[in-house]
Amino acid sequence: MAKITYIQHDGAEHVVDVKTGLSVMEGAVKNNIPGIDADCGGACACATCHVYVDEAWREKAGTASAMEESMLDFAENVEANSRLSCQIKVTDDLDGLIIRMPESQH
Amino acid sequence: MTDPNAHVVILGAGHAGGTAAALLRQYGHAGPITMIGEEPIAPYQRPPLSKAWLKGEADAESLALKPLEFYAEAGIDFRANLRGEALQRTAKTISLSDGSSLNYDVLILATGARPIVLNIPGADLSGVLFLRSAADAEALKAALRPGVRMAVVGGGYIGLEAAASGRALGAEVIVVEREERLLARVACEQLSSFFQDHHEQHGVRFVLGASVTGFAGEGGRLTGVTLTDGRTLSCDVALVGVGAVPNDEIARDAGLECARGVVVDLQARTSDPAIYAIGDVTHRPLPLYDRMFRLESVPNALEQAKQAACAITGRPAPPAETPWFWSDQYDVKLQIAGLAFDVDRILLRGDPASGKFAVFHLKGDRLQSVEAVNAPPEFMAGRQFIQNRKPISPEKLANLAVSMKEVGA
Repeated sequence: MAKITYIQHDGAEHVVDVKTGLSVMEGAVKNNIPGIDADCGGACACATCHVYVDEAWREKAGTASAMEESMLDFAENVEANSRLSCQIKVTDDLDGLIIRMPESQH
Repeated sequence: MTDPNAHVVILGAGHAGGTAAALLRQYGHAGPITMIGEEPIAPYQRPPLSKAWLKGEADAESLALKPLEFYAEAGIDFRANLRGEALQRTAKTISLSDGSSLNYDVLILATGARPIVLNIPGADLSGVLFLRSAADAEALKAALRPGVRMAVVGGGYIGLEAAASGRALGAEVIVVEREERLLARVACEQLSSFFQDHHEQHGVRFVLGASVTGFAGEGGRLTGVTLTDGRTLSCDVALVGVGAVPNDEIARDAGLECARGVVVDLQARTSDPAIYAIGDVTHRPLPLYDRMFRLESVPNALEQAKQAACAITGRPAPPAETPWFWSDQYDVKLQIAGLAFDVDRILLRGDPASGKFAVFHLKGDRLQSVEAVNAPPEFMAGRQFIQNRKPISPEKLANLAVSMKEVGA
């Protein structure tokens, strides 16, 4: 279990406990937190679960695979800390993780 | 905008219905929401049923769109094992399969589609399976193990994904397709031959240009499929994946305008202003292609769920999206954006033999569709070109030395 803070683009914060093994995307979607669309359900096929990982957590959240990188390359408003949240697996190490969302996923 | 206290009834608890319920709450709808589902379980994702789930790489919990407690917590009255039987539009009531009826202020039809059943001898034999619901997938998974012989009837996406998963589980797989090539209705020839080669390399056999005329059986159990040429292919299980038809009878019977499905506008509204329809059951406008069409896809279900939820809660209509699709087979990720209507030129970028390429479908200098195999940049950039109706240079597009960013520059 990890406590994750999801911050919408308008500043609204949602703090939820997410089970180890789920993805950061699933943690948002299953708790009905707006801002992550995840059209493909986690198949790394759509880039609609784009998030910004808080600087302090970037290393622990890991790095993007080549497939994820090439999807992110064409997403809107990509930053150095951009990730596809379906590709970040929740572990106990991510307890306290802070995620920010872009203005839009489409 | 609808009265914020209106009772919204959602008929159908698939990807579209479940998403609409959740979005209505996200967008602040305060009134009661009732969601009626025919299946015993809450809304779940169907795409993994032929892929990760079938191979044992995903569990029931991960398939669920939301945890079951979500519905109660969000004040969504989810009722399982129930069907809508008839609509009384003047009275705004819906008759349900348990004999009860329900009043609505706003109704969302999300009844989906069902697999086409082959009306041929032996179709009711044990071992003749379909793949649409979680229960269908359970039955298929239980039948697939090393050495089991599976005949797949229909070389479309469902059939090919099940073939790939079947091989991963050690089954022997033969695919029978009526057309002379795979994916004939939904993909270009380059893609058909690429997938055929790839499946053959993984040990799948194909019979093309042949129809199944019957299923042979013994003691009520399937033993083989009989083909037009008279041959019978022995098998232990047959998966029939020959397309789907919309569950639009309830709408037709109630006099709603229907074509290849329930006709809706870009706010998912039917010909009755109190009734919306979303997902596989709809015949919808495709503004990018200036026509009406019925789409069977998750992105379509999500887009229309959003349209309906926006309209009901008084939000502006969301911008129209470019239709897109995906399929995973073995190590191949196929991503398709757009639809290949009115195409006058087809361009190949990359070499299919490398396992990484894209096929672009153009109408003049506009991109209509891209089929990308293990090629996310081509898919992502292509989807943007289609959405923005951007004129593009075919020469640049076909030249791998020019990056997709440069093609769009």
